Amino acid sequence: MALIEFTEKGLYCPPADLYIDPWRPVRRALITHAHADHSRWGMGVYAAHRHSIPVMRHRLGSIEAVGVDYGEKLRVNGVDVSFHPAGHIPGSAQIRLKFGKEIWVISGDYKLEDDGLAEPFAPVKCTHFVTESTFGLPIYRWQPQHEVMSDLNGWWAANRDYGLCSLVLTYALGKAQRILSSIDAGIGEVFVHGAVHQTNLALEHAGYSFPHARYLTSEIDKSRLRGALVLAPPSALGSPWVNRLKPYRTASASGWMALRGNRRRRNADRGFVLSDHADWESLNSAVEATGAEHIFVTHGYSDVFSDWLRAKGLRADTVKTAFEGESAEMKPARNGENDSE
Amino acid sequence: MKKFAALITAIDATTRTNEKTDALVRYLEEASDADKLWCVALLSGNRPKRPVKTALLREWAASEAGIPLWLFEESYYVAGDLAETVALVLPPPEREDDASLTERMETLEGLRKKSDEEKEAAIRHIWRGANKAERFVFNKLMTGGFRIGVSTKLMTRALARHLGEDENAVAHRLMGNWDPRTANFQSLLADPDPDEDLSRPYPFYLAYPAEGGTEQLGPVEEWQFEYKWDGIRGQLIFRKGAVFLWSRGEELITERFPDIAVPALNLPRDAVIDGEILAYKDGSPLTFNHLQKRIGRKKPGKKILDDSPAVLMAYDLLEESGKDLRDMPLDERRRRLEALIAEAETDALKISPLLRPATPDEAGRLRAESRAAMAEGLMIKRRSGTYKIGRKKGEWWKWKTDPMTIDAVLIYAMRGHGRRANLFSDYTFAVWDGAELVPVAKAYSGLTDREMQETDRFVKQHTIERFGPVRSVKPELVFEIGFEGIAPSTRHKSGIALRFPRMLRQRTDKKPEDADTLENVRKLLEEFQ
Ligand SMILES: [Zn+2]
Ligand SMILES: [Zn+2]
Repeated sequence: MALIEFTEKGLYCPPADLYIDPWRPVRRALITHAHADHSRWGMGVYAAHRHSIPVMRHRLGSIEAVGVDYGEKLRVNGVDVSFHPAGHIPGSAQIRLKFGKEIWVISGDYKLEDDGLAEPFAPVKCTHFVTESTFGLPIYRWQPQHEVMSDLNGWWAANRDYGLCSLVLTYALGKAQRILSSIDAGIGEVFVHGAVHQTNLALEHAGYSFPHARYLTSEIDKSRLRGALVLAPPSALGSPWVNRLKPYRTASASGWMALRGNRRRRNADRGFVLSDHADWESLNSAVEATGAEHIFVTHGYSDVFSDWLRAKGLRADTVKTAFEGESAEMKPARNGENDSE
Repeated sequence: MKKFAALITAIDATTRTNEKTDALVRYLEEASDADKLWCVALLSGNRPKRPVKTALLREWAASEAGIPLWLFEESYYVAGDLAETVALVLPPPEREDDASLTERMETLEGLRKKSDEEKEAAIRHIWRGANKAERFVFNKLMTGGFRIGVSTKLMTRALARHLGEDENAVAHRLMGNWDPRTANFQSLLADPDPDEDLSRPYPFYLAYPAEGGTEQLGPVEEWQFEYKWDGIRGQLIFRKGAVFLWSRGEELITERFPDIAVPALNLPRDAVIDGEILAYKDGSPLTFNHLQKRIGRKKPGKKILDDSPAVLMAYDLLEESGKDLRDMPLDERRRRLEALIAEAETDALKISPLLRPATPDEAGRLRAESRAAMAEGLMIKRRSGTYKIGRKKGEWWKWKTDPMTIDAVLIYAMRGHGRRANLFSDYTFAVWDGAELVPVAKAYSGLTDREMQETDRFVKQHTIERFGPVRSVKPELVFEIGFEGIAPSTRHKSGIALRFPRMLRQRTDKKPEDADTLENVRKLLEEFQ
């Protein structure tokens, strides 16, 4: 019996009778992080890092959930289970399962760069490593966060000087807070859309704080928006909500902005390359650091990345999952809660 | 090179014309005259000859990046642009070189005579000293033109602002044959000698599609109606005894059409004529297919000249006896054109006949029947209008016939390029030949971004097989394909080639088995051959 099986409902651990990030309702689910494609509705009991729980409750309603600390040791039917920082968003975790000599790490979504907000990624030794490959091609190489943020600050300041509002379209969970905690708040006022505000409130329950972010309510006088920075999910752009920001400029912040074709296809004036996923170099060094004998590659460029790992002499296989890889990344998010980018 | 790369990045980063123009003016203010000329030439699509085979570039880039060639190719499928892929996979730069645009262009020019080893060494050296933006631009210079949303109009506006001169005058000077290696910025653009280039054409005036028909145009008497000919737009120049024929793509094609150029020597006085080049025989235009054969032939032989003779169907007169007529009303230009063509007494120069509908309804009928006259609709021009530059709304309209259509099944999809990189946006459609689906058309336009994203999703979820960038998909989606012409073809399995195929809409009401058959398509071929 394998320690982890890839089933129709998701990744399953038979000896412990547990699923990891399942996409159909099951009795017991371990959740890597609170993004919608990893943390779904309808599980009997959820276990996740304790910082993920308030956001999951905000999104899934009243669920039965157990909060766990990084490194805390759980034992389920003789299987050792623990959560380790994945650096993707607040509360994101790699899940380690050990049974006999076999150690599996299911990394969920991850990035290696310390973004100053999420607990930084920590490599975990294992025999079997399950990795995403959202940006698993050598064309994806990120600039350091401080360089991207300095471009973004420059763009904001220039818009402010023209009396324009700067609207950054970004996911409500993760990217929005990352920007909030690293922008230069000396440039002007910062407002957030309701979807971001609600997520901020949930994260405040987990102990995070976003002192610069003001909820953009209808009471806020329009004149204050000139020169301000506003964060909203991409869906806001198509709604009447955006009218009060006029005159404004828009930017989108995502790893997909690394490609010129995507920058030109976006509905925004500017594209900033900022991703919560690992780039090419990071994926490779993460895989190497695990020392795993067998790698399983999921959502993204999984075929190519596993071919590459095999070419390097590693044992690697592609695993089909319902995490939204290649196709989901390109479509605009419906409600700003979708995962990935 | 740094400044030019920064200019390209700035233009690329905005969708706003004003911001693009500002960036261009700022560059022109700072650059040397030599760099300015190169900038104008490159952004107008005047690109240097390829100094190195792209296959070699791929190998060198993969080796520089430390990745196998197959992985480079996979990356290229996704990025959709070779220059960009190379710029993205290369490791961070080792140095920061500071060469001017002109110096880089000279290096590229010199490379053409070098051995492959020398080329490789030179190019790798340049890559290592350049940042991402510079690498992208440098690679673009090696692999092909820029497509960064700089129209000739925008270029002209920026230059006019930089020189403090009139846009029309600048536009005219930019046309014609000039080479950035030999031209001089001051004499080309700043204070040109009007006699310098006899071949210099005028910018073409382009019509706007009249989608709503003639209703909104007002009284028909105010308009001139002609057929919209299905050939290639041409400008015939006769100055000081010399003839030049230009295509709309600003290409000199005089030698390809001796059957127009030689008889044009009969023109009674200097003139510049705007018209349509058509294959024409026994009193009627031939299909575009015939003309296509002519376009490809640099020096046509006797047989092809006999089979597919060409004429110029003249419809406007832009210059006569050295005088620019473009500010005269169309009626007056037409009167002079008729007199001129009559005096030339050659069958190679015809005049596009005027149609005289008395009512909008009658105009509609003429349009509907225009295919019988081997035309593809009507041209409607305001009789009092002057000859303008580029595509301007209001006075010149093209009212095309409805396209021919078939319903076909999506069977292959390929990743797009540029704006559509990473999206399956280039499709192959098939019709039924018995129980088999045979490809009949490739199309990549006609869908909105949203529809394309939905189709992309379908492709990814219903892939049967992958062949590099191409995927075969489950034959399930039916599309209505519109096209402008149909011709027999030995290169296609179906034996048929469609002209300008595009997707009109998805037929969600149809199942794959309801799509057209090859037999239906062959009937269309017989009808419109
Ligand atoms: Zn994910
Ligand atoms: Zn995620």
